[in-house]
Amino acid sequence: MLTGLLSGDYPRSPLLSIVLLAILVCLALAPFLFPGTRSLEVAAKICVFIVLVASYDLLLGYTGIVSFAHTMFFGLGAYGVAIASRNMGAGWDAIALGAAAGTLSAVVLALAIGLFSLRVRAIFFAMMTLAVASAFLILVSQLFEITGGEDGLTYRVPRELTPAFRPLDDPVLGVRINGRIISYYALFAASLILFLVMLRIVNSPFGRVLQAIRENDFRAEAIGYRNVRYRTLATCLSAGFAALAGVLMAVWLRYTGPDTFLSFTIMLDILLMVVIGGMGTMYGAVIGATLFILAETYLRSLMGAAAEATASLPLVTNLLHPDRWLLWLGLLFILSVYFFPTGIVGRLRRTRS
Amino acid sequence: MTEHAGSPPAQPALNATQRLADLVPYLLVPVLAAAALVLIGEPSTWLTLTIAGLAMGVMLFIMASGLTLVFGLMDVINFGHGAFISIGAYVGVTVMLALGGFMLSDSLLVNLLAIVPAMMAAIAVAGAVGWFFERFVVMPVYGAHLKQILITMGGLIVAEQLLLAIWGPERIPIPRPEALQGAFLIGDAAIERYRVYATILGLVILAGLLYTLKRTKVGLLVRAGVENGEMVQALGYRIRLLFVLVFVAGSALAGLGGVMWALYDEVITVHLGQNLMILVFIVVIIGGLGSVEGCFVGALLVGLLNNYTGFLFPTVALGSTIILMVAVLMWRPQGLFPVVKGH
Repeated sequence: MLTGLLSGDYPRSPLLSIVLLAILVCLALAPFLFPGTRSLEVAAKICVFIVLVASYDLLLGYTGIVSFAHTMFFGLGAYGVAIASRNMGAGWDAIALGAAAGTLSAVVLALAIGLFSLRVRAIFFAMMTLAVASAFLILVSQLFEITGGEDGLTYRVPRELTPAFRPLDDPVLGVRINGRIISYYALFAASLILFLVMLRIVNSPFGRVLQAIRENDFRAEAIGYRNVRYRTLATCLSAGFAALAGVLMAVWLRYTGPDTFLSFTIMLDILLMVVIGGMGTMYGAVIGATLFILAETYLRSLMGAAAEATASLPLVTNLLHPDRWLLWLGLLFILSVYFFPTGIVGRLRRTRS
Repeated sequence: MTEHAGSPPAQPALNATQRLADLVPYLLVPVLAAAALVLIGEPSTWLTLTIAGLAMGVMLFIMASGLTLVFGLMDVINFGHGAFISIGAYVGVTVMLALGGFMLSDSLLVNLLAIVPAMMAAIAVAGAVGWFFERFVVMPVYGAHLKQILITMGGLIVAEQLLLAIWGPERIPIPRPEALQGAFLIGDAAIERYRVYATILGLVILAGLLYTLKRTKVGLLVRAGVENGEMVQALGYRIRLLFVLVFVAGSALAGLGGVMWALYDEVITVHLGQNLMILVFIVVIIGGLGSVEGCFVGALLVGLLNNYTGFLFPTVALGSTIILMVAVLMWRPQGLFPVVKGH
């Protein structure tokens, strides 16, 4: 049964298995192990980003295509839910309709971009996604009647998912069950299912073809697989999963705005998570997302402290300021691409064999 | 280097129809301008917009030419190119603010005492950073597109953040000197002086670039390198050196473009390079990666279209350039001037 669930793709390293299992258990029991709003927020963010990063890995790691529009697809799913919930009021039907519309538009847009750029050469795709994504960002801030512009949209979700909903009178294991925890478990279950579906996809014959194209596109084409078709399909799948991750995030946050969903910073975060975790393996997404979000949440405050400690040194304190977080991310990113191209998972697997 | 099967190199004798077909991409610019004249209606407004579009176009060309040559020569796509634009703008503005006295004068010659050093400084610093970038960031990842994209993108972020750390996050205003403000009046059409000067400077640079590429030995080697790098190397030329030269020159030009853009906008922010990068990419995709002529035509098209749509349908200015790109790619999937590789 485990083979069926994991599609025969085991972690293949004892240490990796232990770490993955620990992450799974921690996320599954997060409301009870780490009570408190903040840690629940962090756990939810990790769940969503595992799906988002895994969907990006489907494209970057498995197919070897770089896209800079992944946040656009993420945002499309989120804005679908936000706009539907805003106009139709809180309800499951609004979420379902918004999710369907957002995901569908993400897939169609991915299809269009893919057909136009992948037909020629894969390198066009990276440039084209960058252009389209920034046009989309501008469009979102200009169409503020629909999207709320820079401020974004806040909306209500069904009562069962709000903190005010208390189904049980007695606390379970010392924690009072409310709608927030129910919402977390819905998010967790959905993320787990999406992740396992993606694991299934990359281990299918289709996934093998993607890897063949990544390794040697000329040869794959010669064997008889149309590169364009497979690459475009991978783009669409990846966009669809990213949009679904956006839906989850939008329902959880009850807010959708350009900074949370579309900004270039998030794109860079995703890239870094994929590279650190390990390109070309779904487990890399789990490790990368978890490590990165924990570091982001807890290291940033450390940077503030370091900046204060060095306040007497003019340039150093500027460099250590929490706003310069991206600088260190960028450096880390370059260094990991050079010296650590297979990421943590690749490293762990290699030491075993 | 896998996608250049088929298509033998240029045939010797072209008949008239083929020659005409080759000219079509050049005709796009006048066609676009004529179409805009019909849509806008008023010749004076049209003239103002056209000059503005040309000025924007040549500035984009200056920034984009290095990128397209670097790609053509070494198959390296540099996502960090925008950083050189920002660096040039910041260095240039710093010099101009330091020489503020010259900027206040109302004589153009005295203003140039501040502007020329600013441009020189921008060229020097952007070129030096370009050399560093090529040597330590790009060189280790030759031949691996995926890593190139990731690494150069990382480089852009780091450079942008360093600019933020050095100059701070505030926008820096840089008022244009008196002599560059105001406008010429031709009939009813008001044509901003700076745009005219920028266009002239851009055309001079284009002429210099074309002269170097078509009439000098270095240019010959660069063009030969674009077509078949291995053969140039086999003939005993160090293509590596050539590439560094082109990379540094391209970065320096991007820096110069940054200064010109700063004077055009009269304000700079750290995201200047990243924002212009989008337009620069669209320009090189439209023109055909690796082609200088294509880059020029693409830049003029994007500049003109941006100004026309900015007047006619203000909300869709950036969208219109993307539509232009899609339309061009539907017509010519390799861009307007596909580069023939003779391997």
